[in-house]
Amino acid sequence: MRQLFKFHGGVHPPTHKAESTTAPIAPAALPSKLVIALHQHVGNRAVPVVQVGERVLKGQLIGRPDGRLSSAVHASTSGTVCAIDMQVVAHHSGLPDLCITLIPDGKDEWIAHSGVDYKQTPHTELRHRLREAGVVGLGGAVFPSDMKSYSNKHKIKTLVLNGAECEPYITCDDMLMRERAVDIVRGAEVLRELLYAEEVLIGIEDNKPEAIAAMRKAVLDDKHSHMQVIAVPTLYPGGGAKQLIRVLTGIEVAAGVRSTEMGVQCFNVATAYCAWRAITFGEPLLSRIVTVTGNVERAQNYEVLIGTPVDELVAQAGSKPDTDRHIMGGPMMGVDLPSGKVGVVKATNCIIEASPALFPPPPPALPCIRCTRCADVCPAELQPQELYWFAKANDFGKTQEYSLFDCIECGACAYVCPSHIPLVQYYRYAKAEIWQREQESTAAELARERHEYRQFRIEREKQEKAERLAQKEKAAMAAKPAAPTPLPVVAPADTDVDPDNTLQMRVDSDIARANLQLRIDAAAARAKEQAAAAHPKNTDSLTPQQQAEIAEIEARRAKLREMASDAGADDEPPKQQ
Amino acid sequence: MISALLVMIGISLLLGAVLGYSAIKFKIEGNPLVEKIDAVLPQTQCGQCGFPGCKPYAEAIAKGEADINMCPPGGEEGIRKLADLLGVEYKPFGEGAGPKAKAVAFIDEQVCIGCTLCLQACPVDAIAGAAKQMHTIIAAECTGCELCVAPCPVDCISMQPIGEDITNWKWRYPTISIVPVNAR
Repeated sequence: MRQLFKFHGGVHPPTHKAESTTAPIAPAALPSKLVIALHQHVGNRAVPVVQVGERVLKGQLIGRPDGRLSSAVHASTSGTVCAIDMQVVAHHSGLPDLCITLIPDGKDEWIAHSGVDYKQTPHTELRHRLREAGVVGLGGAVFPSDMKSYSNKHKIKTLVLNGAECEPYITCDDMLMRERAVDIVRGAEVLRELLYAEEVLIGIEDNKPEAIAAMRKAVLDDKHSHMQVIAVPTLYPGGGAKQLIRVLTGIEVAAGVRSTEMGVQCFNVATAYCAWRAITFGEPLLSRIVTVTGNVERAQNYEVLIGTPVDELVAQAGSKPDTDRHIMGGPMMGVDLPSGKVGVVKATNCIIEASPALFPPPPPALPCIRCTRCADVCPAELQPQELYWFAKANDFGKTQEYSLFDCIECGACAYVCPSHIPLVQYYRYAKAEIWQREQESTAAELARERHEYRQFRIEREKQEKAERLAQKEKAAMAAKPAAPTPLPVVAPADTDVDPDNTLQMRVDSDIARANLQLRIDAAAARAKEQAAAAHPKNTDSLTPQQQAEIAEIEARRAKLREMASDAGADDEPPKQQ
Repeated sequence: MISALLVMIGISLLLGAVLGYSAIKFKIEGNPLVEKIDAVLPQTQCGQCGFPGCKPYAEAIAKGEADINMCPPGGEEGIRKLADLLGVEYKPFGEGAGPKAKAVAFIDEQVCIGCTLCLQACPVDAIAGAAKQMHTIIAAECTGCELCVAPCPVDCISMQPIGEDITNWKWRYPTISIVPVNAR
């Protein structure tokens, strides 16, 4: 029997898991349209690679990953792309984002796809396959799995497979483990290979005995000697990666440190399942298991195509008429969906139909009475009451001193708060403000650098220009070493003669003017010389007739010139030849 | 009496030497306060303060020649930070000098004639282009200073406010919504 460890705090909210585990996973009916968001993962939004009106096949790439930290998006079924535009997506903000709307044709026609044997495939190709298949963490963080399945210098000793599913109402991982345990453990084996990990610890909360039994059987049947299914005590938030790692291995992941640096990597069971399907069968992540529960007639788990509108999904479970909103995720950390029209995304593990009877609106928040119950339950061992005071007072520096960024926003503090203070909202607010300030200061730093460089550049260009001019002048002087006559320069008068400054200045300016006049005269002489030296080139072999013509024109010109010089003698300077 | 005097003179000479040495050894170039003030300023280099850039404004503040409420892009928070740093009273913005919504410049490329005047005006080199070539704004580098708008001879530059989208959305300060109770 393995020794288990404890994490600090935790709460026991009513689990409400029995409702949705009575029936097996059912495939959800094909919806009338699919609204597939292009930003379903951590990192850059995928770039659409299809056109409106194009027919796509099931599994066809419709959004390619953009940059290193990004993931692919695929058509969940065959059909026609009817729009690529901004649609409301499953996000706290309720703001629209780029989505591809697909009208299914009902044929569910697959694109050609094939898998590989992971044992005979290089790891880089396996990771590439994960990326191309759009496999991301399905526990809710939606971090691209190809980025996580890399072990630098083979440092990872333990792979933790997360089947804890601690949040109330959600049973999608439970049902997946009950029904598809074999594929999960095989996927875990692939991930173990990729990470060069020595052992795989599959942590499942002890309120899922069927799942534990199914997983143990799968491990035994496949003879995975380095894999162990471990029942962990049911305690919220025991499914948090850091908490589960603590319970299973005793390793406490320090603030600001990744678990991989301590030799542990963590994947969700559904991610392992999808990784297996992607590598062995070449199936991209097109659907996922979603628990539909709460205020419905038949709470159940469905295998739902990514992009299925929530409205159409909950209708299948018989959403009751007094439902007033949809919660994506669990009641502790879930997102209130802005509309029923949003499409299911890769992060959608559960849809809870909420009604005023099921989730009565929280009573108004009362002042904090400093009971520190929140500190007792905080799994990150923070002081939530302090964080609350500082966040409320906009004292963000202090919130950071009290390790605000170690908060996992699990909501245990708000759950036990006798004053019903929306604590997590304050923490999120403070985090967002701090992030924004950091962004602004980075932008300011960049602007300062660019501005300083620009000034440096302008200065440098000025200097270079001056140097160039000086060099040109020098070169010009050097080119005429035997200048016909060096310019006679009027020497400045003896400065000691007249100490009077004004007079001196006048003398100086007179000298300058004289020098200038000399230069002008010299230039004019040069120009004349050049003009005399230049002969028209087309006058060599002319017929007598043409020569006569030229002579006539020249005579006319001379006459005109004479007339002009007579007329403008007093005010116009005579025109030079 | 004499020995006491000698001791005192000796101590003063010694301390003087130490002070003189440290004044040379630990000399700080420039005014360090300027750097601190400059770090608070938003570096838009917009010149709305009346100085040609953030650094000159910081220098003027450090010398006591400029007020702390002349930087609209820094916002009220900027004034508060400056007031904290300098130990002076907070001073609100003057009439109509408040901060504007954030924006980036946008060049209508159909109209642009490639005159490079905006390139020369941009304090952070955030416009790409060359003579008689179409210009375009590098939005990520644009500080929204509006200095390129005035020089454009064909008025093809406009300021586009940065709207809220999913990437820059942030959590609001928690408020309690007031819900009217149905009176029966």
